[in-house]
Amino acid sequence: MKTILLLAAAVAFGTGVALAASGDGERARILDGYAAQAKAPDFTGFSAERGQALYLGPHAGGTVADTPACASCHTRDPTATGRHYKTGRDILPMAVSANPKRFTDPAEVEKRFGRDCVNVLGRACTAREKGDFITFLSNR
Amino acid sequence: MRSDPKSRTLAAFAALTLLALTAGPATAGEFERVGPVTDAATRKECGECHMAFQPGLLPAASWNRIMDGLQNHFGETASLPADTAAAIRSYLTQTAGSGDGRLIRITEQRWWLRKHDFDPSIWSRRAVAAKSNCEACHRTAAQGLFDDD
Repeated sequence: MKTILLLAAAVAFGTGVALAASGDGERARILDGYAAQAKAPDFTGFSAERGQALYLGPHAGGTVADTPACASCHTRDPTATGRHYKTGRDILPMAVSANPKRFTDPAEVEKRFGRDCVNVLGRACTAREKGDFITFLSNR
Repeated sequence: MRSDPKSRTLAAFAALTLLALTAGPATAGEFERVGPVTDAATRKECGECHMAFQPGLLPAASWNRIMDGLQNHFGETASLPADTAAAIRSYLTQTAGSGDGRLIRITEQRWWLRKHDFDPSIWSRRAVAAKSNCEACHRTAAQGLFDDD
């Protein structure tokens, strides 16, 4: 019995460590935060499909005419390395499968949404849009 | 601690080298090197979208203008949390070089134009992308070494 309990504890601990190492725990907390903000009568959960539509665009009204979509810099394949539209600087992949560090630092995530929603959409993103976006890229 | 003449000479040489490395765009023209970016926040935040330009490439007045205008950073929103922006501003202005403080583009400074007086078609090559992409031609530019390649 004792052995089984110990074994269970070891497995639980191991899973925790693995989650922390993969960033899944941090990402889940960020998503929970956006879900709490999005909590309105009509919010029933995040959608990868809506996230994909947001990612692919194209959108009108962005402050940077050359980038009507996230895909303008990040490419239509989020597992690929992107390229800054003007400077040519490489951008690490957006898809979590290709870049497990994505969406694990809340301050970094807010900084990028704060800038790029304005650059691409000409306005701030809603909490639901942020959650949809992360959900889409977590499944890719 | 005792120091023999040889190590004193070495120390003096090191100090001079350091001075030469931190002296700014005049140095950039003559020796084609500027002090590397030593501030971690500057390296990270500026380096996300372009090479983190060395503070010696612009005078303090230009850096202040740039840090005042992050909401519209060459057409793009590049805003930062206030504390991060303040720390980066302080690093850039304290280690700044000299030049025309009215200009915020390194590529419009006189020394830069003098060094890049060639066929403009080079800027539209895909590998170059922009004048701000120093590393396309100067492979060690990120370390502050702008050798002619």
